[in-house]
Amino acid sequence: MGRVEAMLNLEDVNVHYGAIWALKGINLTVGEGEIVSLIGANGAGKSTTLRAISGIIKTSSGKISYQGEDISKTPAHEIVKKGIAQVPEGRRIFANLTVMENLELGAYIRKDAKGIKQDMEGVLDRFPRLRERIGQIAGTLSGGEQQMLAIGRALMTRPKLMLLDEPSMGLAPLLVKEIFSIIQEINQDGTTILLVEQNARMALQIAHRAYVLETGRIVLEGSAQELAKHEDVKKAYLGG
Amino acid sequence: MTDLLQQLLNGLSQGSIYALIAVGYTMIYGIIQLINFAHGDVIMVGAYVALGCALMGLGFIPSLAVAMLTCAILGVIIERVAYRRVRPVSRLAALTSAIGVSLFLEYTMMYFLGADLRTYPAGFFPERTYSLLGVTINNKDLLVLGTTLVLVIILQYIIYRTRTGKAMRAVSFDGQAAQLMGVNVNSTVAITFFIGSAMAAAAGLLYGIYFNTVQPLMGLMPGLKAFIAAVLGGIGSVPGAMLGGILLGMTESLVAGFGGSMYRDAVAFIILILVLLIRPTGLLGKGAQEKV
Ligand SMILES: Nc1ncnc2c1ncn2[C@@H]1O[C@H](COP(=O)(O)OP(=O)(O)OP(=O)(O)O)[C@@H](O)[C@H]1O
Ligand SMILES: [Mg+2]
Repeated sequence: MGRVEAMLNLEDVNVHYGAIWALKGINLTVGEGEIVSLIGANGAGKSTTLRAISGIIKTSSGKISYQGEDISKTPAHEIVKKGIAQVPEGRRIFANLTVMENLELGAYIRKDAKGIKQDMEGVLDRFPRLRERIGQIAGTLSGGEQQMLAIGRALMTRPKLMLLDEPSMGLAPLLVKEIFSIIQEINQDGTTILLVEQNARMALQIAHRAYVLETGRIVLEGSAQELAKHEDVKKAYLGG
Repeated sequence: MTDLLQQLLNGLSQGSIYALIAVGYTMIYGIIQLINFAHGDVIMVGAYVALGCALMGLGFIPSLAVAMLTCAILGVIIERVAYRRVRPVSRLAALTSAIGVSLFLEYTMMYFLGADLRTYPAGFFPERTYSLLGVTINNKDLLVLGTTLVLVIILQYIIYRTRTGKAMRAVSFDGQAAQLMGVNVNSTVAITFFIGSAMAAAAGLLYGIYFNTVQPLMGLMPGLKAFIAAVLGGIGSVPGAMLGGILLGMTESLVAGFGGSMYRDAVAFIILILVLLIRPTGLLGKGAQEKV
């Protein structure tokens, strides 16, 4: 995937939380149509990378460009409108609203009533469990259902690029498989994916390319297949 | 028996006014976790604006509309100028700023309009009384109850049935997650101040008519009582604020009606302390659930 056709491009991105230097010059590219995975240990800066892309935190230097446009100074709510959705770490669903209202909030930026209705049906077909619980207060959903809702809500923004932060966290193995195959489906339907995962094995199975992040720096990058065979990756993230 | 009914009716009117003020407190607290101490003074500004309209010959509804709109804009300006920049620094800084705004409004009004008590002109709202089952019903009661009911219905509609209301509830639950949905948090906060301050203005006009006084410090007591009502109902909960307001009004009225008028104000604070001891989240406050 050449740099020219990159959908998202991070160039020497630095992020600080006060005195903490969380991202130390990140370079990362996501090409249109790809699934790119970002793996790394706790505290490596994976979530920070996604937050910076979404504009939730400001970069201290460097450039984030999306479809050729510098978005590093764009406010978070405008970035969503450009087609970047995020499924945040820990789901962050609106527990005080109903399932339906959560999905409607996903479509907050949209005005095309017909398209919204279509996408709503699409999401509910993809996650039949949400359809059964459409009027339920979202805080009462199980962890797995909440993850589905978080993904569904992000899909309702009709994203071109979807950022997922540890979607498998806290889910039973069977559900993890289901979530990963759904991510693959979403990708096949034309959405580009940047996937942050602790579950490196699964992530490398569905990703085209991957980056390994260690204490704020990218230490390895390559095709997912290559990385899955790489000694360092095997040792650190695939359990030997 | 008729005595009791009479007290309950008075309490209901008084409580409705508290409720209108309390919803503003609670909405603003829900969205930015700030006790907006200037909220009581917005009531006062509303009462004065309506008084100005009345003196120019406008009727009740146009005066109400002008007062609500003026205060709504005032609320937005207060948030923009006094809170937005200090909020991220610390809650205490924002609270201090709120107290500053409160004093600023009180003494600006006093400077320009003097500290005298004023009243609405005689023809503005001609009083009538009716008698029903031995209970004296003043048309002021009907005015307060009717206006409150209409406003509360509109408010419920906005919060629970509109896109903006959904955004307000989302921001109050999790501002960052709301941003990820494309919600502009700053403008949602501004809208909350707009609506909350408009409600306060309505309360100001009703209070001014009901007690027949308009003066620069008139917002202090009802503001404080409404704050108690909001905490009583569970701060952050709109239905809680309404319930808290009505309950507080009724209780005060019963205490006053049965010989305890000296203790009327104390009762509110005693109730507050008791509720906080027994149920710190308030009557309808369920922690995270059902915040606005
Ligand atoms: N709000 C914050 N304030 C201060 N420091 C923070 C904040 N958020 C993250 N950090 C720090 O930044 C670094 C990177 O955190 P980040 O959340 O991006 O890690 P991560 O790779 O997502 O980890 P995990 O796998 O545990 O989710 C950590 O050292 C963390 O302590
Ligand atoms: Mg993380």
